[in-house]
Amino acid sequence: MNLRRLFLILTPYAWLLLFFLIPFAIVLKIALSDYAISIPPYTPTLDISAGWEGFKEFVSELDAENFAFLATDALYYTAYLSSLKIALISTVLTLVVAYPIAYGMAQASQEWRPTLMMLVILPFWTSFLIRVYSWIGILSNEGFLNQFLLWTGIINEPLAIMNTQNAVYIGIVYSYLPFMILPIYAALEKLDESLIEAAEDLGCSKISAFWLVTFPLSIPGVIAGCFLVFIPALGEFVIPSLLGGSDTLMIGKVLYEEFFSNRDWPVASAVAVVLLLILIVPIVLFQRNEQRQREANQ
Amino acid sequence: MNRRFSWFNATALTLGFAFLYLPMLILVIYSFNASKLVTVWAGFSTRWYGELIHNEAFLSAAWVTLKVAVVSSTVATVLGTMAAYVMVRAGRFWGRTLFSGMIYAPLVMPEVITGLAMLLLFISLGLDRGVFTIILAHITFTMCFVSVVVSSRLATFDKSLEEAALDLGCTPFDAFKSVTLPIIAPAVISGWLLAFTLSLDDLVISQFVAGPSSTTLPMKIFSAVRLGVSPEINALSTILISIVTIGVISASLISKRSIARQRADEQKALQQ
Repeated sequence: MNLRRLFLILTPYAWLLLFFLIPFAIVLKIALSDYAISIPPYTPTLDISAGWEGFKEFVSELDAENFAFLATDALYYTAYLSSLKIALISTVLTLVVAYPIAYGMAQASQEWRPTLMMLVILPFWTSFLIRVYSWIGILSNEGFLNQFLLWTGIINEPLAIMNTQNAVYIGIVYSYLPFMILPIYAALEKLDESLIEAAEDLGCSKISAFWLVTFPLSIPGVIAGCFLVFIPALGEFVIPSLLGGSDTLMIGKVLYEEFFSNRDWPVASAVAVVLLLILIVPIVLFQRNEQRQREANQ
Repeated sequence: MNRRFSWFNATALTLGFAFLYLPMLILVIYSFNASKLVTVWAGFSTRWYGELIHNEAFLSAAWVTLKVAVVSSTVATVLGTMAAYVMVRAGRFWGRTLFSGMIYAPLVMPEVITGLAMLLLFISLGLDRGVFTIILAHITFTMCFVSVVVSSRLATFDKSLEEAALDLGCTPFDAFKSVTLPIIAPAVISGWLLAFTLSLDDLVISQFVAGPSSTTLPMKIFSAVRLGVSPEINALSTILISIVTIGVISASLISKRSIARQRADEQKALQQ
């Protein structure tokens, strides 16, 4: 019995330790190393055969130089700040787009709801890359949006949307919309109808009943949705590289290029460590929010 | 909450779903365009599908992707189900907090970080990069999704059924096989499907851990797309969208039927 229990715990545990935790230790180690023109392209490397002395020497050669470099080179801190800005603005935009949809779904009749749910989930299963790609044909200069607007006469010259930050916002809102709709819908669906009737009986207009009753009760869903959009948007790589232009600086893309184009592993690792530190705050807040919800439901 | 269906709601839903579906619809329609120019309609044609079938590079990438997805999602389902069982049933053990942290962290980790970390591990282990390393990386991040799906089912499942089986002389393994597994099976299957699609879809992590000789379909699409829109990619996207649509709809029909059958069985059991 105990042996079985041990096997059951140890197998996934060991897997995650080896393939998830240890890699992060390696990232941290390389972030503290220096760039070198060699294979692997960093120094120092740990020589196990040298034993304890070798380990001490190895530790003494580690330093935080790369982090100091990140703080002094404008490229990096502008990239962090602009990622934060883009993630924040697109989270708000996603909320504005998602809320009416979630609200409409929650008010639809019972037999329609599973179908509507399915329609929201279906894009989530469809390839992320393809969904982002589908916007290139729409937003480009001779794309469908410009063709349509020129045809209607709203504009005389094509709008330059592709390869700008606006395209990145559109891409993020589009790709992460289901993540925002689903938690808000879940919160709104549970809402007790009689509360709104009571507010209206007590003289609230429909709009003030919404702001005084419905919206406050949906806030846990709104918070969950915002985190589910903000966290992945911050480290986003595919959307800025396909839709964004040279003015869109996002840290996920900087990390990627630092590693693959500049081949500077230590700096790329340092970028990853700092991004992780920035993400810890929203991740912990998100977990707390979920925990509170779970306790409230019990 | 079920109020009068107002104009506001109808408009919100129509515009919302138009926003979600129009881009994909345009993609599908223009994959049948005869012209090489993707935004100018020049008549119906299936020419790009024909060219796709003869494109060796895409076909071999699709084959690699499929192999990776089948193997990694299967292993991930086994490991993820074990992890879910440990989280819900194993009680306290040393390092439980760390364990649940490692289950939840990959769900929110930016892919660039996971990819970089995995690659650096494989390099320090001296593993040759290729299909094998992609599979290892995919198992690791998809098993966490499986574990979340399965553990939410396990948490709502009546433990006394399992205990009854043990009291009646089942070995723990038999009890798991003949009581627990059939009950959590729908969650395990949807976990597998989720892992399969995530693996099929993954670009960033594969980009990091793949060697020069192994290219997955998303990597191939990504490098082609960087050069702009092409009708061949539209055709390929249409095929992938259709597969996913058929898969999701049939999966939901199957689960609907199995719920209905379960209800009927329960009714029958109550009557006896």
